[in-house]
Amino acid sequence: MTRKQRKSLYCIILSALLLIAAKLTDKFSTLSLALYIAAYLSVGFMPLKKAFRNITRGNVFDENFLMAIATIGAFILREYTEGVAVMLFYRVGELFESIAVGKSRKSISALMDIRPDIATILRDGEELEVSPDEVMVGETILIKAGGKVPIDCEITEGNSSVDTSALTGESLPREVTVGDRLQSGCINLSGVIKARTVCDFGSSTASKILELVETAADKKSKSEAFITRFARYYTPIVVFSALALAVIPSHIFGSPSEWIRRALIFLVISCPCALVISVPLTFFGAIGSASKNGILIKGSCYIEQLAKASHTVFDKTGTLTKGCFKVVGCECEGISEKELLELAAHAEKSSTHPIARAIVEKYGKQLSLPVSDIRELSGMGIVAVVGEKTVAVGNKKLMEKVGAQVTEGNCTAGATEVLVATDGRFVGRIFISDEIKQDAKESMDKLYELGIRNRIMLTGDNEESAKKIASLLSLDSYRARLLPYDKVEAVEELLKNKTDDGTLVFVGDGINDAPVLTRADVGIAMGGLGSDAAIEAADIVLMDDKLCKLPLAIRLSRKAVSIARQNIVFALSVKLIVLLLGALGYAGMWLAVFADVGVSVLAILNAMRTMKK
Amino acid sequence: MKKIYKMENLECASCAAKMEDAISKLEGVNSVSISFISQKLTIDADEELLPKIMKKAVKIISKIEPDCEIIL
Repeated sequence: MTRKQRKSLYCIILSALLLIAAKLTDKFSTLSLALYIAAYLSVGFMPLKKAFRNITRGNVFDENFLMAIATIGAFILREYTEGVAVMLFYRVGELFESIAVGKSRKSISALMDIRPDIATILRDGEELEVSPDEVMVGETILIKAGGKVPIDCEITEGNSSVDTSALTGESLPREVTVGDRLQSGCINLSGVIKARTVCDFGSSTASKILELVETAADKKSKSEAFITRFARYYTPIVVFSALALAVIPSHIFGSPSEWIRRALIFLVISCPCALVISVPLTFFGAIGSASKNGILIKGSCYIEQLAKASHTVFDKTGTLTKGCFKVVGCECEGISEKELLELAAHAEKSSTHPIARAIVEKYGKQLSLPVSDIRELSGMGIVAVVGEKTVAVGNKKLMEKVGAQVTEGNCTAGATEVLVATDGRFVGRIFISDEIKQDAKESMDKLYELGIRNRIMLTGDNEESAKKIASLLSLDSYRARLLPYDKVEAVEELLKNKTDDGTLVFVGDGINDAPVLTRADVGIAMGGLGSDAAIEAADIVLMDDKLCKLPLAIRLSRKAVSIARQNIVFALSVKLIVLLLGALGYAGMWLAVFADVGVSVLAILNAMRTMKK
Repeated sequence: MKKIYKMENLECASCAAKMEDAISKLEGVNSVSISFISQKLTIDADEELLPKIMKKAVKIISKIEPDCEIIL
């Protein structure tokens, strides 16, 4: 409890004792009135003071002011007990609310506790402890066992294992050694590491993640926007209805004091606090708990969108598959396998494409032939002069272009084929295959369980290999032979043909699918750790490569949305019912206070459920 | 230019919404958002006008919730 909260507690106890004393004395005696007033002031002084201050500043619809009118009104009507009790109850509720808010603030910041506070640097051979802000790029830092990596850096000395769970949610430690890159926010588990910083604190991973999560509230969800708009009209409407209730019926039915009493009940319920606090808290809690699991959500609006997902579209390479290719076989026409690989490897030697790397790796020898005139034809392949031959390595389109007659061959199922031609003559094909991620099948099944019936794969691969993977993962459909810009079109087509009001989620590796990520309703990038491009482009980032985080993210968002909905319905219906009962004379002020602060506390407690798994 | 400020003693969620509303109407402010839960104010505003804007923002905040402070 903070000092302020403790002070409130003492005031409440004092007031309760005074109220009991007042009840024990003679009714309507001066002593009892004095005790009532003392009891009232001990809890009511602060709200009265605040109300007065706000009035002088032109804030009429202030909660304190409305509370003050309601309770003073009760005193004037000689309902002393009620006047004191309402104020007392109100303060108790406020205290609970403040404790609950403080608690949830603390648990949210604990969920996102990746900010390093201190860095140990080596300057002129001396160890210095400084704030991470002060460390410059290229300085050597020392990370001891149990210490947090303060800034992104590269290991220059030492081996260790690091715990990346704060960033990725992955509990298995990662072995690291000299030359490896460490992200800030990881925890060094064993040895002492010396490392050179590669950027400053502000652009380090931990700072970036924190900034993203903390500003996630900027992108408000629809329900939050609704609540803010609603709150703006709710208080004035209730206050004016209170005024009307005090004046109009008493002219018709008489007994003005009864109607004023009912009107005062309205004033007590006029604050929209329960909603205004609990809905954003729900979403924020979900963002916090997602980030604990290595899922970065850039705004509450994406939680709502993700919860409604009906289509999940996946890029194949790097998303469903590991993205590490291997040559699994060759078929030659007129030359030896060794020659085929040699020519292809030389042609592909400067390409960074994973398939090219796989061929070079398979060849495994020095690339000693002279290579010139390398041309990369987008969507087709590569043409280069190797030695004295013009070598073309690529797909069928490229073979057509160079005029090579491709002979029919056996296709290795599931593999991508790369065709090779020299001087316009087809000389063979190389089969390259990619491994499916371990958790891919399980994740697809989980998505099915979550009711997602459109699991679609987009790939640049040929029909055969796409079909094989799609059936292995029991996907609902796939589109093969897509060039990068075809993927945007494919997603647009899916968006157009979608018949339900669900959303389309695209999952990619974030490296070359930025346009698709932005086009989809929700763009999710995988393997965000260490990839700024992915973090920039996507709405949601899965920090590690695990596909199973997707169903988890969907489950978390559905839970958050349903809790937010519960809170809205619960708070609004309680308030409306109490307003109605109050107008009809069935509800006392006690119930009204419950509808105000009691509902807030319950809604906050409900919202905090998003922080649990 | 986008900046983030820390706030202290922000106790009332609807006050945060009111502050946000009032600050967003100041000249030179492109967008502003106050997160009640993380007690942070994120503002996107013209760089030259920012010192002036923040002065006004401090006033607005103390008017709506007197105990609440923004750490500049």
